[in-house]
Amino acid sequence: MGWKEKILRRSLWVYHLGTGACNNCDIEILDVLTPRHDAERFGIKLVGSVRHADVLLVTGVITRKCLPRVLRVYEQMPEPRVVVAIGACPMEGCVFKGSYNQAGPLDKIVPVSLYIPGCPPKPEAIIAGVAKLMETLK
Amino acid sequence: MARKTVIPIGPFHPLQEEPEHFTLTVEGERVVDVDMELGYNHRGIEKLAEAKSWQQITFLVARICGICSTSHPIAYCNAVEDLCKVEIPERAKYIRTIVGELERIHSHLLWLGLAGHFLGYNTVWMWAWKWREPVLDIFEALTGNRNHYDMLLPGGVRRDIDEKNIPWIKKEMDEIKKKLDMITKAVLDDPVILSRLKGVGVLPPEEAKNYGAVGPTVRASGVKIDVRKDDPYAAYDKVDWDVITCENGDLLDKVVVRILETFESIKIMEKCLDALKEVKGEIITPIREFPPGEGIGHHEAPRGETFHYVKSDGGAGPIRHKVRAPTYVNLPTCKVTAPGCQIADAVIILAAIDPCYCCTERVGIVRDKKKEWLTQQDLVKLSWEKTERLRSKYAR
Repeated sequence: MGWKEKILRRSLWVYHLGTGACNNCDIEILDVLTPRHDAERFGIKLVGSVRHADVLLVTGVITRKCLPRVLRVYEQMPEPRVVVAIGACPMEGCVFKGSYNQAGPLDKIVPVSLYIPGCPPKPEAIIAGVAKLMETLK
Repeated sequence: MARKTVIPIGPFHPLQEEPEHFTLTVEGERVVDVDMELGYNHRGIEKLAEAKSWQQITFLVARICGICSTSHPIAYCNAVEDLCKVEIPERAKYIRTIVGELERIHSHLLWLGLAGHFLGYNTVWMWAWKWREPVLDIFEALTGNRNHYDMLLPGGVRRDIDEKNIPWIKKEMDEIKKKLDMITKAVLDDPVILSRLKGVGVLPPEEAKNYGAVGPTVRASGVKIDVRKDDPYAAYDKVDWDVITCENGDLLDKVVVRILETFESIKIMEKCLDALKEVKGEIITPIREFPPGEGIGHHEAPRGETFHYVKSDGGAGPIRHKVRAPTYVNLPTCKVTAPGCQIADAVIILAAIDPCYCCTERVGIVRDKKKEWLTQQDLVKLSWEKTERLRSKYAR
């Protein structure tokens, strides 16, 4: 294991990317950071720039206007990088499946490490998912 | 003359949850113009609705927006009931009002927290979101979901409210009232916060009317419009409540209007919960036939009037479904409020209308030079071709 992977498993810094979501998964992500759930206990921190991030949280069906930008954000991320798909939308489209403006699913565009299903997933599910992710990084 | 600089904000910006692009033109520190670009969140919901049945669309429109996820269904159900000329049961009306008002409480608390975050006052964010959690617990007890309540169907509601939950809900509401009182005193007596909010981003009443703005944005400027009062639906004409307005139209008034509205919502809710003890009976009138014609429905969402229009040919689903969300008319008021302010204030001014871009999204026009008229099949074909092209370009 290289030193980069060793660093990665301690404290995950996440960057949140909404790509045509209904806002709900985005709110639940913020909810995870607020006092009741408080993900900062595990060292998880929301950062303002993708260049500081270890994990990319993607929500929403990938709309056609967002598609090139998703890839650009992904390429700006430093390695080692992890992509997490939150909610049903980036996985298969949820109720928006079949829409003319949907260019997903996410795993056709970038490699995805973790899927957290739900519409929206509960904060507990998001924390459980990220805890599993941290296990796999060890 | 000072040199003009252009500052792009977004589409992926740490302060915005949703992808949205703003262009600020500044002279030194002063903002002279603001421009915005929509379309990142467009999911083609109106088109999707044409392929679904009347009942299914209730769940589709709930997913237009995560924060107002019962406003759109209420407006849509009003439209369908207008089309079918159906009167919903009395108990369903009260339950709809309770869910609608609970949503307003949760949405205003959410905005209050975000506004604190935008001001760099993260304590307010943490407080407001902590106190929002009991509201979500109530939602979970009443509807089964924390968000995306899916409580409505055309003709009524899907779940009844259990009597034994009512005392607990009232207790939680009392707690929220106490905490809101505390935050109101703590935040609005703070001289730093006051100097950031007072007299900043003023929206005069004439301009608010010119832009056709709705909801708390325009009520803060002193214009008394509220769909719940002007064209009552559900149980809003059966309980006694007031429309909250302020005079100045600055950021402080927008905060005050929302906080006072939260108290008002708690009042409406408590009265409806009391009424539930007397009003018993069915909660849904099954609708079997959807006649040809048109129907309109609206609802006062936390951000303003949500409007739905449906057109039917007597089939299993609408042939046209039109949605107009409040942010679509509120967003352009930034053209009035933002110029003249400092760059540091721009973010809170843009956020003061409580923007919800996922409700608002529109898409540009499709043009093809080869053919003058494009039929529906042509558009669908063009669309899928472009999607496949993009997919193959970016696939790995």
